[in-house]
Amino acid sequence: MSLDTVLGSIFTVAFIATIIRISTPLILPALGGLISELAGVINIALEGLMLVAAFLGVVVGAYSAQWFPGWPGWVYPWLGALAGILVSLVLAWLLAFVHLELGADIILAALAINILAQGGTVFVMFALTGDKGSTSTLASPALPNIVIPFVNRIPVLGVLFNAENMTGYNIMTYAALVLTVLVWFVLYRMPFGAHLRAVGENPEAAASVGINVRRVQYTAILLSGLLAALGGLNLSMGYLTIFQANMTAGRGFIALAAVYLGNRNPIGTVIAAVIFGAATALGAQMGTLNVPPQYIEMIPPFVTIAALVIYNLRRQAQLAANARKFQDKLEQEHGAG
Amino acid sequence: MPPFVEMRDIVKIYPNGVVANRGVHFSVEKGEIHALVGENGAGKTTLMKILYGMEHPTAGQIFLEGRPVRIQNPHQAIDLGIGMVHQNFMLIPSFTIAQNIVLGQEPRRGRFIDFEAAARLTTELSQTYGLQVDPQARVEATPVGMRQRVEILKTLYRGANLLILDEPTAVLTPQETADLFRAVRRLVAEGKTVIFITHKLVEVKQIADRVTVMRHGEVTGEALRTADVSEADIAQLMVGRKVLFRIEKPPQQRGPAVAQVRDLSYISETGRPLLREVSFNVYAGEILGIAGVEGNGQTELAEVLSGLKPPTTGQALVNGRPVLGKGPRQVRQAGVAHIPEDRLTNGVALDASIADNLVVDRYFRPPFTRRGVMYPRLIRRHARDLMHRFDIRAASEESPVKSLSGGNMQKVIVAREFSSEPALLIAAQPTRGIDIGAAEFVRQQLVQKRNEGKAVLLISADLAEVMSLADRIAVMFKGRIVGIFQNGPDITEEELGLYMLGLKQQSPDEIETLQ
Repeated sequence: MSLDTVLGSIFTVAFIATIIRISTPLILPALGGLISELAGVINIALEGLMLVAAFLGVVVGAYSAQWFPGWPGWVYPWLGALAGILVSLVLAWLLAFVHLELGADIILAALAINILAQGGTVFVMFALTGDKGSTSTLASPALPNIVIPFVNRIPVLGVLFNAENMTGYNIMTYAALVLTVLVWFVLYRMPFGAHLRAVGENPEAAASVGINVRRVQYTAILLSGLLAALGGLNLSMGYLTIFQANMTAGRGFIALAAVYLGNRNPIGTVIAAVIFGAATALGAQMGTLNVPPQYIEMIPPFVTIAALVIYNLRRQAQLAANARKFQDKLEQEHGAG
Repeated sequence: MPPFVEMRDIVKIYPNGVVANRGVHFSVEKGEIHALVGENGAGKTTLMKILYGMEHPTAGQIFLEGRPVRIQNPHQAIDLGIGMVHQNFMLIPSFTIAQNIVLGQEPRRGRFIDFEAAARLTTELSQTYGLQVDPQARVEATPVGMRQRVEILKTLYRGANLLILDEPTAVLTPQETADLFRAVRRLVAEGKTVIFITHKLVEVKQIADRVTVMRHGEVTGEALRTADVSEADIAQLMVGRKVLFRIEKPPQQRGPAVAQVRDLSYISETGRPLLREVSFNVYAGEILGIAGVEGNGQTELAEVLSGLKPPTTGQALVNGRPVLGKGPRQVRQAGVAHIPEDRLTNGVALDASIADNLVVDRYFRPPFTRRGVMYPRLIRRHARDLMHRFDIRAASEESPVKSLSGGNMQKVIVAREFSSEPALLIAAQPTRGIDIGAAEFVRQQLVQKRNEGKAVLLISADLAEVMSLADRIAVMFKGRIVGIFQNGPDITEEELGLYMLGLKQQSPDEIETLQ
């Protein structure tokens, strides 16, 4: 197999579709992480919030068919999604409460939530299904895909707009798109966003003009819970309709890395999330090429580390360049004077 | 007619038991400029925070034009027409000036912020009251004087009729202070009332109609007409005894250069040059004062020289030994002592005891440590000795430093740095935020070091302090030394102010001759 065919089989339209699909559950929690970060509260509980939402979405989606027989079938996945969002919001509220009201350290509280989510989901899953690995015995529904009409007849566009099998992207992918724009507008064009950023930058100053700092931070943490939940639901009710133990596999943390790599703004954050998504997609693609799986699994973390290293090297180069520029300027001044 | 604002029998006891106000009575007439003076810790800021709703009184009542009011939070204070300009500015650095002014009460177009209206309103207000600002500039890129005008405009935008200015001149040059005073007079002419917190007595006489003096949480002089009292009278009410305004300083016995700094530059992480080719000597037996508006490189100068920050280029010799780029311990071993500007972060370990704080620079040496074993008994005795010599008032040498007042905390630092027998002493803002008594003590100690033939580099934003202590004065502006002067009766605040603002500059030759 020549390199050409290898590269050719990787960089196809289908590969772009894969990137879009894989980036979705990174973009959503990354936006959530961004909102709480800008409000001055780092939320490392994204991982756990995604996990509980993913789990409850599957369970409630599956059981609602028994609880509410006779309801139209399309309602069940939405009941599941609603349950997933609610449980994530409850945990996010708990995080906000112990941090903002009781003064608990936000990192410790979030760690507790992550651990609780990891153990709690497996515990309840075992109680319900007798299986500690996955919910494969439950018949759980999927959230709908959205198929763009007509483009399927066009060769490349069909795959681009309606994913690899031309069955459409999941609704959460579109949610991620809409929410990116929405988050940008809220943050930079609406009073609430201005207040949120003010609180994150100088809470005392915000308080002194009558902004309720605590309320803004509560809202920010809850919004990050909501966005993390959407990301989690995308994992377990999108292409897969199953919950597996620890199925988020660090996405909540990668999402947080995207916030910083993206320079703490929505556009940068989404771009960073897509870069991480592309790294994962590359790994998945190479899985079909007889490359040992260990190497493939190394790709996403390697890209993360590489991205952070490059980011910091560039920053240092910038510093050195500034120093050089300053030196040159001084020498010029001396030459002139 | 009842007074515009009246605060009756205000008592404030903090949860930790500190009594900040003990039955204070304070009243202000409409349309006056009322100065509120007192030492740090006298309770004046607490009193004003109560009026602004940031603190709640333990007892007492507030009346606005005779009506009793309860002010629970700043929001209510704003609704009642009270605005406060805080000492540390309450601004969002990354926002524009217009955004900062409207923050919390943004003009809207539908659901969105109307940025154009915000800029327009800012310009209008700025013109009405003669407070020049650039609405589109980001606050982080604007000078201190403009930030202060932004703060004043912020209160006016919120409809303030009563403005509380908390030590507004602390960060200003003499010229900026004059501008501020003009603006304050204009505010009063437009029908506003101003409360002016300060501890600079010259300003009280200059700007205020009446003055209220506080000491130890009590009013010691109530609403005195400034025309009827002298600065000395006010000082006595503040301190409770007569104050020496002049420091006794014998004629200088200047020796050889102890420190030689050449072409020192420092570029911040963000690429901003904060020190540009700074060169000077400090001689034995002199105090070299560095004057300048804060943020013009003084902080970085002290931090680079004391080894806290690596320089970008340049060199510095202390007693002929290079010190730049070495760690703080090597720099100290070369004979440098440093009273840091940020006392709480770089000066003391708050949770550690006084005794431990007094040996942090020497615990590893004999007699405190021999063959790798520390001797706590000697460390405690050393502490008791220094506490006695430097008049540090504390329950015991084992008390944590955080339990001390600002003045006593500073004395701990002074005791440690002075007792290390340095050749060069760098004192950055050594009297900031401490009471007059402790400040007097620190100043006397600095002069004594000079008399003993040590070299002292005094960095201070308090121009009066620099002028009363220094033998030579260097002025820094934008990271450069723009002027250097032999201190004497012909050096005036106004003249130095022109250099501090960058309006005047000596030629490189002039600077070199006085290096």
